[in-house]
Amino acid sequence: MVERGSLSTAWAGQQWVLSAAGRWDLGAVQGLEPQLRRVDPGRAAASICLDLSGMTALDTAGALLIDRLIARLRGQGHSVAVVGARDDLCTLLKEVRRAVAAAVSAPQPVEPVRPFRDLLERVGHATVTAGREGLALLGFLGLVTVTALRLLRRPGRFRARPFAFHLEQVGLNALGIVGLLSFLIGVVLAYQGADQLRRFGADIFVVNLLGIGVLREIGILMTAIIVAGRSGSAFTAQIGTMKVNQEIDAMRTLGLDPVELLVLPRMLALLVALPLLGVYADIVALAGGAVMAYGYLDITFGQFLRQLQMAVGAGTLFVGLVKAPVFAVVISLVGCYEGMRVTGSAESVGLLTTRSVVISIFLVIVLDAFFSILFSYLGV
Amino acid sequence: MIRVRGLHTRFGAQVVHAGVDLDVRKGEVLGLVGGSGAGKSVLLREIVGLMQPSAGRIEVLGQDTSRLSEEERVRLQARWGMLFQDGALFSSLTVLENIQVPLKEHTSLPDDLIAEIARVKIAMVGLPPDSAGKYPAQLSGGMRKRAGLARALALDPEILFLDEPTAGLDPIGAAAFDQLIGSLQKSLGLTVFMVTHDLDSLYAICDRIAVLIDKRLIVGTIRTLLEESHPWIRDYFHGPRGRAAQAAGRAAER
Repeated sequence: MVERGSLSTAWAGQQWVLSAAGRWDLGAVQGLEPQLRRVDPGRAAASICLDLSGMTALDTAGALLIDRLIARLRGQGHSVAVVGARDDLCTLLKEVRRAVAAAVSAPQPVEPVRPFRDLLERVGHATVTAGREGLALLGFLGLVTVTALRLLRRPGRFRARPFAFHLEQVGLNALGIVGLLSFLIGVVLAYQGADQLRRFGADIFVVNLLGIGVLREIGILMTAIIVAGRSGSAFTAQIGTMKVNQEIDAMRTLGLDPVELLVLPRMLALLVALPLLGVYADIVALAGGAVMAYGYLDITFGQFLRQLQMAVGAGTLFVGLVKAPVFAVVISLVGCYEGMRVTGSAESVGLLTTRSVVISIFLVIVLDAFFSILFSYLGV
Repeated sequence: MIRVRGLHTRFGAQVVHAGVDLDVRKGEVLGLVGGSGAGKSVLLREIVGLMQPSAGRIEVLGQDTSRLSEEERVRLQARWGMLFQDGALFSSLTVLENIQVPLKEHTSLPDDLIAEIARVKIAMVGLPPDSAGKYPAQLSGGMRKRAGLARALALDPEILFLDEPTAGLDPIGAAAFDQLIGSLQKSLGLTVFMVTHDLDSLYAICDRIAVLIDKRLIVGTIRTLLEESHPWIRDYFHGPRGRAAQAAGRAAER
């Protein structure tokens, strides 16, 4: 193995000789660095000779150390002469000297830390951004509406194939997960309700609780949240990836309208699929509740159905389902809008997909609360 | 520095390499050319260990890459640097932090020294000092490549692998990048293995050229390849672009 870099010092008459030997590379720099920090001739304004003739190899890190050493010694008022360096080592030393000079000459901007102001600034920034984004989303809604109206005038331009494809993606393929989760929600709701109601001997009213809870709120809300996570994110990722590949730009240059081609089929597919998924989720959740009621409270399926018929009417189902198209529009709108906002890098696809899910779930829940207030106002 | 013997690569039924032999000597710049889909990048990826060949032997710096323990592999990897086509900088880190990554991973130097080494590398690849604090997305394609080069050079490697270093650069930027690689190669004593399409690069900085054709390699200097009778090689070097680059290369020699 080749000798590691080392530095020895000696006085030769009036000259202080520093002899560097061995390999001055990254491996050796670690050991050399503290030693070089301490090197000192012990008298003022000494004449120093840096002898590099024993040096077998040098890399940038080693050259940087030498450069630092020379700069420090010169800064302390000594005179330094470098002798014995091979040509290639000399080239590297000069190269590093030039690079250090370039790096040092530029001032390093230092940001002052102001905790309170920075906090305020961030809050303000976030608020303005959120406001602008809300406006832009509304603008996008307008754009989609106009495109949809234009399509109504010329229904021949409607693309049936992507519509069917997305209907399968967001509707049919979601049956498994929506069904499973709804069933479990039904079971949990029945169990918790039964536990409380049994204390009053009001076991049978667990059916009322389930019927109204599931049909009015839980069924459609759960479905919308699952679909937002499943399909909204997929919309953003699909459109975002196309944006990164410049497919959207290509469409525009070919005279095709990306809103008509990409956004409308997705939105229409979700408009059809979400209410259907909602009904399906309602049924499965009630089935889950019925199973639990049978196992835990000995309410037979016949009793369950009779009680359900008394507790809820078609109106309850309607109150729940009327929200579905609104949720569908919001989820597809946010999903496609965030996808369109993707710029350049693949990183922004991931970022905006996350945003898309968060925003659409947030909006779904806010709208649900808004509907609750509206309905109680209307006395439904 | 690099020895490839009897390399075969198959993807399903498709044969990409059938008996590739290659020697890269210390201190030379070797350019690898070949048609699109001829398997240039695949060969490069196999040499740096990102892919496994179906058969054959690859030795880098005297070590058989397929028979290394995890530890030996890491140590070997610290001795080469690779520049990917678009720089492949870590997008969540600034340029300075990108260059510090290999230094922090493979050495235990004090932080200030690491930062200074990184700054020196930034200056060496010709980036302005204020680019140190920028994120990759804020840089132009040419600057990203330079930053990627600085990261590849962070550990002062013995071998530098370049994947299409001048692709996507304008002619002026490409010529400047060629020059940069040439001068760094001389001052740092690098061995360079580059995959390229750029005829000008071949004339400007490559000592020898390996042509990947008919699933094998033909290696030679520009002069010997110009004499070669294989139709693809003739088309490549004697086509209109080849002649223009040749004229430019001659003018530069004079």
